[in-house]
Amino acid sequence: MKTITIEPITRLEGHGKISIFLNEEGNVENAYFQVPELRGFERFCEGRKAEDLPIITPRICGVCPVAHHYASTKALDAAFNVEPPSAAKKLRELMYSGYIIYDHILHFYFLGAPDFVVGPDAPPAERNILGVIKKVGLDIAKEVIKHRAYGQKMTAILGGKATHPSCGLPGGISKGLTEEERQEIEKMAESSVEFAKFSLKLFDDVVLKNKKYVDMILSDPYTLKTYYMGLVDQNNKVNFYDGKVRVVDPQGKEFVKFTPSEYLDVIEERVEDWTYVKLTYLKKVGWKGLVDGSASGVYRVGPLGRLNASEGMATPLAQQEYERMYETLGGKPVHSTLAFHWARLIELLYAAERAVELSIDEEITSKDLRNDVGNPGEGVGIVEAARGTLIHHYQLDEDALIKRVNLVVATTNNSSAICMSVRDAARGLIHGGEVSQGILNMVEMAFRAYDPCLACATHFAIGQMPLEVKIYDYNEKLLKVVKR
Amino acid sequence: MAKEKLKFAFYWAASCGGCEIAVLDIDEKILDVIAIADIVFWPVAMDIKYKDVEAFPDKYIDVCFFNGAIRTEEQEYMAKLLRKKSKVLVAFGSCAYQGGIPGLANVANKKEVFERAYLQSPSTNNPNSVTPKTSFKVPEGELKLPEFFDTVKTLDQTVDVDYYLPGCPPASDQVAKAVEAVAKNELPPKGSVLAPEKSVCDECPRKKEEKKISKIHRVYEIVPDPEKCLLEQGIICMGPATRGGCGALCIKANMPCTGCGGPCSNEVEQGAAMISALSSILGVDEEKNPDYDAEKLIAQIQDILGTFYKYSLPASLLRRKVIKE
Repeated sequence: MKTITIEPITRLEGHGKISIFLNEEGNVENAYFQVPELRGFERFCEGRKAEDLPIITPRICGVCPVAHHYASTKALDAAFNVEPPSAAKKLRELMYSGYIIYDHILHFYFLGAPDFVVGPDAPPAERNILGVIKKVGLDIAKEVIKHRAYGQKMTAILGGKATHPSCGLPGGISKGLTEEERQEIEKMAESSVEFAKFSLKLFDDVVLKNKKYVDMILSDPYTLKTYYMGLVDQNNKVNFYDGKVRVVDPQGKEFVKFTPSEYLDVIEERVEDWTYVKLTYLKKVGWKGLVDGSASGVYRVGPLGRLNASEGMATPLAQQEYERMYETLGGKPVHSTLAFHWARLIELLYAAERAVELSIDEEITSKDLRNDVGNPGEGVGIVEAARGTLIHHYQLDEDALIKRVNLVVATTNNSSAICMSVRDAARGLIHGGEVSQGILNMVEMAFRAYDPCLACATHFAIGQMPLEVKIYDYNEKLLKVVKR
Repeated sequence: MAKEKLKFAFYWAASCGGCEIAVLDIDEKILDVIAIADIVFWPVAMDIKYKDVEAFPDKYIDVCFFNGAIRTEEQEYMAKLLRKKSKVLVAFGSCAYQGGIPGLANVANKKEVFERAYLQSPSTNNPNSVTPKTSFKVPEGELKLPEFFDTVKTLDQTVDVDYYLPGCPPASDQVAKAVEAVAKNELPPKGSVLAPEKSVCDECPRKKEEKKISKIHRVYEIVPDPEKCLLEQGIICMGPATRGGCGALCIKANMPCTGCGGPCSNEVEQGAAMISALSSILGVDEEKNPDYDAEKLIAQIQDILGTFYKYSLPASLLRRKVIKE
């Protein structure tokens, strides 16, 4: 059997490779999406001071550090049994909105758009952000750069640094906003609303008005009928920072809605011999292998997962776009993997609108930023990273040192579906042994839509380190042993 | 004749991607970079594969900015390959330079990391105790994964390195300055750290009163005075032992420096330097007190390793925890 390896896969965050096996007819027997890396955060977080985890865990991923920062901070809120003041929660969500603006712009223009704007089978040397700039022109490129920077700036004003922030504390946040900073954020957020509208228009012009792309979006190799998961507010609208996690079945009906502390009842992970990433599934449906449908526990998270799992967007312009997407693609839920790109831009608009709302909230410049913490215990924090549901679960000892850490990250939640999408795209696109770089790139497009973060997915690692110092005299006689 | 464009490469090993973001954070200056240099390899943004790099002539790349520590066989291979293909190799960011936060994994070995991740996680259902293998037979053939090493290494513990750019991630103006130095052919002597000589303390706007302390506080226990030195308020701040260049950004957000800039130029290692700085102010006023108890004072410092060696364990004199099987 002939093997084709794509190594490394590119225009994504982290390390990955694809191994494709061709049979004698030159058709795809099977294809494997492998993650060849692992770092081991779970092990080395043990023994650390609990309050250090919002500093340490963002280093799982420098693309979505704010997501890890707040999943971690919220896990500490729960573990110390403290509710932050209302203003602190709003400031956290405002910072979070800035992060979504930056991250969604990054993915759409730098990682995803080259496939559509430059072309899926364009020469590889042009199929990148530079090729996009060449196509759309320098003026638009400068707007892209400016608004990506705005998202980072909004985050940095509140967080100290955008990558990696330092402001999250159990029970609140270390820094508030001055009126001057508030005005600056308001201006950047308003400009981002306009830029999000422009981006949706660009998507319309480049992708939706091109029949070739629409056919590709709706084609079988890029379709999976799975469950969907995402955080929602009390009205079942998409929320990135807080709420309950809602899961819908492949028909779009609510399957379960759970609070962070209940995640172990809903999600289970399995280990494969051939990849360092774990594969997740819905515990109550069970693992049936890499297959879709209602009988398989495979689910999807991220932009399309969130839109499918919700009943709409909480801001007016994003809600209009939400309705338009479902009307265009034939109702809810949408199962087309490439529609992740569209959903991402609708979320960009929502995040910008939400940032405007929060920046003019009368409480946003409040100095009431922290509440006193309770006794250390156990806690789970859940947020929506740009690429999906992110779960941090900590157990603290009586000195508030970390005893155990469990992390289920966005890309792990999508890992089963990514393996299937890559395999299906390979099977659907490679026939009779004919393999061009364009076809292989179209196989890569199947994972790229998810905006996978394989740095996130390979965090697993570290723990309690007994430290022992032995002090000897000059005769090598043991004088003292210091242990902790 | 127009001057030939420079060739840059960016690569990541055991890292988080924050260093790639630090490159993008130079914002519109990235357009200037593109004007002077062709980027010939950058997996996050460009479709150039390993086989393309293998086909480059030796020293084809003018400058390779390499971020991330070395933790797997693949990362070691890429470090060696890129060293061979590059005229100048820069260890970019805390992980390549000092080991960084992934370097904290040197408190454990492969076995412990695997056990925690694949066998003991409460969300993992693994009755047959499966763990990933470097080679595995599937019905269609063989699948391979790179070996996961017991110990995390820095880049210069793996290959010869020309320059170091500290920070987690490096501050965007330091990145821009480094690129400018390359463009103007004004790089300092080999082995230099491309960042200011001063410490984070030197860049910190807070007032220092040369006060001694006897009590250490965790950050969530007190609301510190925003004008005064955090260390003098009993919050452990790595500022005295950490190279600056960041502008003390974390401290300006009312949080202590955690040391991502690595050691100052005159220090052997960062952790020891901080322990030395702390010992000059902690409990000094109480030494003549009959109830003075040094052990009790020091016991206030929780998690010595994670506090003083958060970004530098692999590069430190300690290197790693000894684990006897």
